Amino acid sequence: MVHEEKLLEIHDLVKDYGNGPVLKDISLDVHKGEVVVLIGPSGCGKSTFLRCMNGLESIQSGEIRLDGNVITDKKTKWSEVRQKIGMVFQSYELFPHMTVLDNILLGPMKVQKKGKKEAQEEAERLLERVGLLDKKDAFPRQLSGGQKQRVAIVRALIMKPEILLFDEVTAALDPEMVREVLDVMLELAREGSTMVIVTHEMQFARAVADRIVFLDGGEIVEMDTPENLFTQPKTDRAGRFLHTFTFEKKEG
Amino acid sequence: MQDLGIRVLFMGNNFIRLLGGLWITVKISLISVALSILLGILLGMVMTLKNPVTRFFTKVYLEFIRIMPQLVLLFLVYFGATKSFGIQLSGQVSAVIVFTLWGTAEMGDLVRGALISIPKHQYESGAALGLENRQIYRYIIIPQTLRRLVPLAINLTTRMIKTTSLIVLIGVVEVMKVAQQIIEANRYTVPDSALWIYGTIFFLYFIVFWPVSRLAARMEKRWAN
Amino acid sequence: MNIDFITEYIPMYVEAAKLTLRLGLTGILFSLVIGIFCSLSGYYRIPVLRQITAAYIELSRNTPLLVQLFFLYFGLPKLGIMLSSESCAIIGLSFLGGSYMAEAFRSGLESIERTQIESALAIGLSHPQAMRYVVFPQALAVSVPALCANVIFLIKETSVFSVVALADLMYVAKDLIGLYYQTDEALLMLVIAYLILLLPISLAAGFLERRLRYAGFGN
Repeated sequence: MVHEEKLLEIHDLVKDYGNGPVLKDISLDVHKGEVVVLIGPSGCGKSTFLRCMNGLESIQSGEIRLDGNVITDKKTKWSEVRQKIGMVFQSYELFPHMTVLDNILLGPMKVQKKGKKEAQEEAERLLERVGLLDKKDAFPRQLSGGQKQRVAIVRALIMKPEILLFDEVTAALDPEMVREVLDVMLELAREGSTMVIVTHEMQFARAVADRIVFLDGGEIVEMDTPENLFTQPKTDRAGRFLHTFTFEKKEG
Repeated sequence: MQDLGIRVLFMGNNFIRLLGGLWITVKISLISVALSILLGILLGMVMTLKNPVTRFFTKVYLEFIRIMPQLVLLFLVYFGATKSFGIQLSGQVSAVIVFTLWGTAEMGDLVRGALISIPKHQYESGAALGLENRQIYRYIIIPQTLRRLVPLAINLTTRMIKTTSLIVLIGVVEVMKVAQQIIEANRYTVPDSALWIYGTIFFLYFIVFWPVSRLAARMEKRWAN
Repeated sequence: MNIDFITEYIPMYVEAAKLTLRLGLTGILFSLVIGIFCSLSGYYRIPVLRQITAAYIELSRNTPLLVQLFFLYFGLPKLGIMLSSESCAIIGLSFLGGSYMAEAFRSGLESIERTQIESALAIGLSHPQAMRYVVFPQALAVSVPALCANVIFLIKETSVFSVVALADLMYVAKDLIGLYYQTDEALLMLVIAYLILLLPISLAAGFLERRLRYAGFGN
């Protein structure tokens, strides 16, 4: 796949909570149709980085552009920007007081002011795709973790975002449910969705990514295709990190 | 500043008398609190029983006490007991009876809540370590129950002391009664004494309760798991 | 037990109960308004206002209604502020209830995780929309048991209104005891009157609480 058009451009981004930067001059371009996976040890700043991309975290310096427009100045209408940048959270964050359908319809109806009929048809189509149409009237607490996460993905998709952010979306799931969520994401990738994914699932990262970004200590240490980065990392730090995911058979 | 009503506070032993009145309030509530804690622990343990008869009676008792204004209970005991049983109860004794009945109900419910809030696996993991039943209670259950209970019990205590102000209405000479007496005695010399006296009592109450309720809030926060 | 006496004086109790209910509900209404205002100024950390409401809450929670009423009714006129008995009762009850309601709303608001707002923002809702559609409905459901408990508490507290010369239930009962010495009858009617006032509220509260337990939508 060739990705020419730059969708998201991040320049020299610095994030500082007040006691030293947690993200140091990070620059990254995400092209249209590209899947970028961020990996790195806990606390390396990958989730914070992701949250900066849709303004959930303020940034101290640097610049982010979406479709060539700067979205990190004071005049930014985040409500408009966030319709183009969907996000899925680790802890699902479905709204517990609403049914599955109402969760999904909240954005289209209140933000995009779509009619209920039109929005509902779209919602049902998407639910069907992730295999949850029969759950549309259920409340979140009646769903399994994997089901909740698939609903959360639909809730983000229905806004027709140009880019999707996934923040460790399988980290809170029981192992047997991880697959059903990852399959949905793989499918989205195949259809050419632009995605930035933070994950600890290395096998999945390798399968889904066009490009892997390895973050450590608040900076990008290495950035390459999955093939190169997983088989012959150029830096020690990336090599050591990847090594923690392999086990050697015990002697004897 | 001759005409300021505040001077009435410092005339003679007026301020001391007010404090004395407040002390009667505090004394009645402390006696009631002590009795309530003892009886409440017993009641709370009874309430965890699965026996339908004890369940029914403790429930009725708790609900009745909770739903009736404390002043109604005071009237029932103070006026009712005299009439029905021919015993002349003093206001102070009536107050202790009522506040103990009330405190026992509330305390019982707190104890019950704390006891059933200890998860079953706490008993099980105690047993898994080879502890005997008595040791499980001594080292695992009771300390955890107390942690939950103490801040709530302190809260209950401040509520009880606060509610004790009602006893002026059954004629006990406590802080509000003393206030009325002082205001009455100075009616002509210091006509605006009511403002200062009642204002002072307002803040006296605040000064007594505020530290206690802060303490309870802090313990609750620190001990919340 | 003198049945004739009871039937003769039932209308007095009915009148008194109406007064209690009218003043109580008015006070509760104001309490709710004060409570919402205070909890929001705390939630949004509005400077100055937040400190003022915090001080008010401590003052209100740590003084008895009886003392507040004495101050309003007997104390304030010396400053030239004359309030009617009913105004005193309503102001006193609202002053007391406002802090209790504020605490109920506050704990509801605080129980909603910040990430819920984030996820609402992430689908493009504005901050006010996120509060309206996501935070407030959930917070309210969490607050309901405490709010119900406060309603019952405040109705019970109206029993001290007689000290500001209002002919409430306690006043009537005490009057009948003093005048006719029909203690049993007077007290029986008093208890029944409060049961009629409070039992339905208490049962309704219990029902609501069971329905909303764990803010358990979808049970």
